[in-house]
Amino acid sequence: METMIAFCNILRKDIETYYLKPPNISWGIIFPLSWTLMQFIRSQGTTGIRELLPGLMAMSVLFGSTSMLAVTITFERSSHSFDRLLLAPISINTLVLAKILGAVIFGTLNAFVPVVFAAFFINLKGINWGITAIAVISIAITSALLGLLIAISAKEVFEAQTFSNFFRFPMLFLCGLFIPIDKLPAMLKAISFCLPLTYGTDILNGMIAGNSIFSTPLNISIMLVFVVFLFYLCQKNIKEKWIL
Amino acid sequence: MEIVKVTNLKKLYGEFPAVNEISFSIEQGEVFGFLGPNGAGKTSTIKMMIGLSRPTSGQIMIDGIDAIKDIKKVQKFIGIVPDENNLYAEMNGFDNLCFCASLYGIGKAKREKRAMELLEQFNLTKAAKYPFKTYSKGMKRKLTIAAGIIHNPKILFLDEPTTGIDVESARQIRELILNLKKQGKTIFITTHYIEEAERICDRIAFIVEGEIVKIGKVTEVLRDAEREHKIKLQLSSSIKNIKEELENNFINCKVKLLDENSCLFISKEPIALFPILQLLDNTGISVYEAKELKPSLEEVFVKITNINPKTKNEQEKVGK
Repeated sequence: METMIAFCNILRKDIETYYLKPPNISWGIIFPLSWTLMQFIRSQGTTGIRELLPGLMAMSVLFGSTSMLAVTITFERSSHSFDRLLLAPISINTLVLAKILGAVIFGTLNAFVPVVFAAFFINLKGINWGITAIAVISIAITSALLGLLIAISAKEVFEAQTFSNFFRFPMLFLCGLFIPIDKLPAMLKAISFCLPLTYGTDILNGMIAGNSIFSTPLNISIMLVFVVFLFYLCQKNIKEKWIL
Repeated sequence: MEIVKVTNLKKLYGEFPAVNEISFSIEQGEVFGFLGPNGAGKTSTIKMMIGLSRPTSGQIMIDGIDAIKDIKKVQKFIGIVPDENNLYAEMNGFDNLCFCASLYGIGKAKREKRAMELLEQFNLTKAAKYPFKTYSKGMKRKLTIAAGIIHNPKILFLDEPTTGIDVESARQIRELILNLKKQGKTIFITTHYIEEAERICDRIAFIVEGEIVKIGKVTEVLRDAEREHKIKLQLSSSIKNIKEELENNFINCKVKLLDENSCLFISKEPIALFPILQLLDNTGISVYEAKELKPSLEEVFVKITNINPKTKNEQEKVGK
């Protein structure tokens, strides 16, 4: 019960203090919208919205989950308020879960902004929204954990932003969001299969556009492995780098 | 009863020993002062004790629990006030306190009541709904202390509680610490303000370059440093002309003229006052006041460490 109170309040504090601020809400709407328009204009209408939608959703959740967590934790660490969380009688696991849950919720909601826009132009019937939600949430979790890994390494907010962009932008092109993986050179394809976003996007491609590489159960299993691995890595790095 | 026991605690940063095999214990209900100049190892020690830093070697037992192995158990009943205010700038005072209480698993109604009580106790009720970032330095410090005791801890760790704040706020904070002591809290306080330690601590330890060079009750530490007895006399007129006569009569005493109407008798032996008063009376000089001068902790600190804190602070300011 005591742990639950602490957990819920860390989550609530993050949502109120960071995620519900007007710049973040507007960013969460404007960013996916502008990418949708850009992709649509670039393809001169030859690419259907349904084909663009999985990539846009994956991108929205990736940016929504990684950027906020990396920046807010680095900010809290530089202002020492994060020490207060480390000094609380709650386990590192509880702390990590509470911190990433805010980012996961924010990223997941971001992912559905392009869906809302798309619903005005195309018929979205027939999509398995349950599996789609699982894909979005699993991308959000892995992205949030990647954001946390960045936060562990970064000392300043600008460092966190630089590190985030360093891996986020290549992922846009490597994980099958806008360029199909089978069109990538062999070396880049190999890198692509090492990234969790590839599998999450593949589920979305399968559910929305009907063209996935792997089966949904395999993609979900691989995502789960990534979640466990990244969680372990975060936990280990926090103990090593934050408690010196 | 010992509530904190630190044994051979060591912290190396690379090859540099920030804390070098220190040992000490703290009794329940005691205010224990940890004194030393900047960079002496005070914050490194406190960070190891509260679980923000891992010792290289040694043992820390807090209320019978191994604080290195089971720090989360210890954190339930300790309160921490770090040297830098670490509350949330955007949140108001009341919300900050409620949030800190929630980290200890305190339910909504109870934490709100406790937050209001503390805001009142710390004279911050009017500022309760203002964001923390708008507070003055003294107010920030007080709220940080309030956050440190929101869960009613048994032991309170205070790292430099009055550094960088105005005189009035510092005085209020010292009073608050003494009130907490009256409530039976055990307090571990680090400071480089010697006068502060003298006023509020039961026992003190001097730490220099990572090593404890002196430890004991404030009175004992002062007594040990009393290699000289000093009596200051306030007189009706100058004793310039009879200084030699006084020194000849009281061969163990050195007489030092302070100003026209006051002087200092210094001796390695206890000074018998009556013969001095008699001699002065015979020469027509009245003594208005006689006062035994005790060495201040600052003098003791200088004697023990050969570091003059004032000079050191000034040098640091110039360096900055």
